[in-house]
Amino acid sequence: MELYELTLHELKDLLKKKEVSSKEVVKSFFSRIKKIDNKVKAFVTLCEEEALEKACECDQQQEYDGIAGIPYGLKDIICTRGVKTTCCSKILENFIPPYDATVARKLKEKKGILAGKLNMDEFAMGSSTENSAFFPTRNPWDLERVPGGSSGGSAAAVAAGEVPFALGTDTGGSIRQPASFCGVVGLKPTYGRVSRWGVVAFASSLDQVGVFSRDVRDCALVMNIVSGHDPMDSTSVDIEVPDYESFLTGNIKGLKVAYPREYFQQGVDEKIRETVKKALHKFEDLGAVVEEVTLPHSEYALPAYYLIAPAEASANLARYDGVRYGFRDFEADNVVQMFSKTRAAGFGDEVKRRIMLGTYALSSGYYDAYYLKALKVRRLISRDFNEVFKDFDVIVGPTTPTTAFKLGEQSDPLQLYMNDILTVPINMAGLPGISIPCGFVEGLPVGMQIIGRPFDEGTLLQAAYSYEQNTDYHTVKPVLGVE
Amino acid sequence: MISIREVEHVALLARLSLSEKEKEIFAEQLSTILDYINKLNELDTDGVEPLYHILPIYNIFREDEVKTGTSREDILANAPQVEEGQYKVPKII
Repeated sequence: MELYELTLHELKDLLKKKEVSSKEVVKSFFSRIKKIDNKVKAFVTLCEEEALEKACECDQQQEYDGIAGIPYGLKDIICTRGVKTTCCSKILENFIPPYDATVARKLKEKKGILAGKLNMDEFAMGSSTENSAFFPTRNPWDLERVPGGSSGGSAAAVAAGEVPFALGTDTGGSIRQPASFCGVVGLKPTYGRVSRWGVVAFASSLDQVGVFSRDVRDCALVMNIVSGHDPMDSTSVDIEVPDYESFLTGNIKGLKVAYPREYFQQGVDEKIRETVKKALHKFEDLGAVVEEVTLPHSEYALPAYYLIAPAEASANLARYDGVRYGFRDFEADNVVQMFSKTRAAGFGDEVKRRIMLGTYALSSGYYDAYYLKALKVRRLISRDFNEVFKDFDVIVGPTTPTTAFKLGEQSDPLQLYMNDILTVPINMAGLPGISIPCGFVEGLPVGMQIIGRPFDEGTLLQAAYSYEQNTDYHTVKPVLGVE
Repeated sequence: MISIREVEHVALLARLSLSEKEKEIFAEQLSTILDYINKLNELDTDGVEPLYHILPIYNIFREDEVKTGTSREDILANAPQVEEGQYKVPKII
């Protein structure tokens, strides 16, 4: 067993017992990265030198606790002081943040070691990581397939053993969908649970930072560190952060589990439906009460999302104007031309498409018909969930309608948006959701999504952990053909 | 249907200079996407309050205290063009 194959908590225990040094751990992961990342292409920036320095510091101080001395990766949307943060866009290609995002600072303060920055769809807009301005990332389970997106680099890096954990962001499924495609754990916390300060904004009422890991315990450990109120983010909520590890009891007797009829209908691959149904039986075997429910407005979540998210994005991305940071077109001779040419050359197609859609939806004469209408539908979606949570503790369903598709296979924008059909409603309602491995279809991982009440990540982790500990899907690793 | 003229108007609002080819593609793609979005009109939302975000919080205030921020030098380090400690842009008026 190589060190890079171990989970965060296993590494933590070895470090504590002084059986390995941080330097050995960091070296093991970097040799893994060197061996396989030319195939997986999860990283856009590597920080090897700094990582080894930090590891030596840890070894000198001999204070190993939590993530101390253990490497991790960050989606390249999370600002890191002195380390390029590009959003995988040409417009931010050379941007070096003068400060750390709150989540990056928290990991740093716990002496975690930043291994590098991870690939993503440009400005987190996409479901395949093919929209990265640099290169696409590959799925470690089948290099011809996409890892999902937008946090595809984060998911692929964790699945391939390049880092034990990583952070990503999720606006409409960008953590859970790639976690599902790559067979890892991916948690999108409640909106307001984790600070977004220093995380480049896409759609501010939906964006949330979350965790990728190889098992549920690791996810809980990282959530303990990154959660909590931040005075720098007025949408982060001042609600006490429990010790998430304490929820990992392995006991879910009497837990009330709902599965929505709408999540098991046409449009979701039959084999995926069967796989998740099997997982529901497992919950029953473990003593949970499982019942079918209805979320009647589910089918309206996606069209409403594709108004709200682009509308917010069009406002957020107005800041990329070539004045304060990023790329500028120097050919223009007046300022409006400079803005327009800078943005035309700096943004990729999908980003332009969403800016256009959002600007249209907010423009005079269309605001009520589109944007306001979508916000009203959002209320109806949120009410559906509230109704179910009166009687149930968690809601379970598939994370994605298909397993990972091939690169280039889905080129139509609307077809690509359909990937988010099961994850978007959760962002619209601001709820926490986790995707965990629950089986394979034709050798590709299938993810099960568990959705919880607001700020009840604890119960969600409790359910996920019980299932995981009674199955072994999380222990199966992709074979990359280079070992 | 979204016309080329509408695409041009929206592109101007969004400060995006588009090629003729892009205008055609966006007119077609935005029309398809909006057709799908029009599904929302199946729902009667009269009397439904819009949901802007899910948190029960409104305005957040803090004390107006002087704190050390990021230095001017650090902030200007990323600017495409700087002169005498200021951002430089092409002529505006």
